[in-house]
Amino acid sequence: MAAFLGLFRRDLSLALRQGGDTGLVIGFFVLAVVLFPFGVGPEPEVLQRIGAGIIWVAALLAALLSLDRLFEADYQDGELDLLALSSLPLELAVLAKCAAHWVATGLPLALTSPFLALLVDLDSGSIATLFASLLIGTPTLSLIGSVAAALSLGARRQGVVLSLLVLPLYIPPLIFGAGAVEASAVGSGARAYLLILSAVSLAALALCPWASAAALRQALE
Amino acid sequence: MINWLANPARFMRLSAGAVPWCGWAAAFVLAVGLFWSLVVAPPDYQQGDTVRIMYVHVPAAWMALSVYLFVAVASAVGLVWRHPLAEVAARAAAPIGATFTFVCLATGSLWGRPMWGAWWVWDARLTSVLILFFLYLGYIALANAFDDLSRGGKAAAVLALVGVVNLPIIKFSVDWWNTLHQPASVMRIGGPRIDISMLAPLLIMAVGFTLLFVALLMVRMRTALNERKAMALRLNAGAIPAPRPGRERVAPANTVVP
Repeated sequence: MAAFLGLFRRDLSLALRQGGDTGLVIGFFVLAVVLFPFGVGPEPEVLQRIGAGIIWVAALLAALLSLDRLFEADYQDGELDLLALSSLPLELAVLAKCAAHWVATGLPLALTSPFLALLVDLDSGSIATLFASLLIGTPTLSLIGSVAAALSLGARRQGVVLSLLVLPLYIPPLIFGAGAVEASAVGSGARAYLLILSAVSLAALALCPWASAAALRQALE
Repeated sequence: MINWLANPARFMRLSAGAVPWCGWAAAFVLAVGLFWSLVVAPPDYQQGDTVRIMYVHVPAAWMALSVYLFVAVASAVGLVWRHPLAEVAARAAAPIGATFTFVCLATGSLWGRPMWGAWWVWDARLTSVLILFFLYLGYIALANAFDDLSRGGKAAAVLALVGVVNLPIIKFSVDWWNTLHQPASVMRIGGPRIDISMLAPLLIMAVGFTLLFVALLMVRMRTALNERKAMALRLNAGAIPAPRPGRERVAPANTVVP
């Protein structure tokens, strides 16, 4: 447990002190959302209708941006070999890194989303649902992303391969996350969507560390 | 059987004889099936002649799913028992499966236009098959993304196993959600709900598609094995520098090397 917490703290302080990661992700997130009114026109009805979808898609892309940093630096300087040799199971090490990645990127994304929701003119009920859905959904993005990041370690043109692998797997959280906001906007209740989204998150929490650890072991062979 | 086939030389000997048989059998069965389904089989009382798209669409969809299952099982066998042919088989099968998936999507689109009035609808069955297509593409991209051949094979194998999650979603999507796509009418509890005059050519086409897959798979596996042999020969002759085994740690492109 001490090793788990130590790794979590180390990754988190690296991410926060280098500063670039969180700021870059949030900057991209805001810019991507702000671009849409220029593209589709500033009418409030249009923006209200597609706002939640825009914010969710922008969050996916922003999370994707930071994924290659998840293992790459540790892989280059040999830290990963030490992690694989240490007494902490590699699955738990992956979980600690994912948790740190989520605190450094997913959580700030969720915290920023209410302000962006104001820009696209969502009502207050929808904003609460959007915030809840991102809070539940962003851990899935880090977890699924860790599998793809581990698989593509050392690949040629890693960024392209990474996005090709990860975006199809991001579709389920996108469907249920954006669906929840839609349902609350038309007043049919977002509960069912949020529950399914939680189920997707829990399944990812249970399965993804195993797949990532298996992929990392192959990368280190 | 599985160990007996683990010898690539034995596989090359066996497949050399089997490829023409399989190929001609596929050609014959597909010719019979196409004639039966396009000329002999009756038109549908509601859909008319457009129902004939089914005889290509449905077997292609079955193949898209079963080839993915084949890739996943071969990947698991390759990862667990280090079976030398399993990885070759999985890599060889993936582009064939991707093609079947594309045929399924394309014919479905052509069929959807007259029946539903749209080339594409975002319902659960269509969306999940589209994800399957992207999974195939991701598998192929990942398998070819590494300088070290076996590293690519293993990474792609893990991805194939992760993607298996999608198979039950595709199969049961028509039961779980209200879809425009019709529910299962052949493989269902209580027997097929389709007349024998249409079921017979459909099954013949399915057999033809399977034979075609087996023939193409063997041809592609033989090519891959020959390629590896040629690569090994050239390496031994010292014609090209050997890629370093394992990881390659190169400086990032933007660092200045003095």
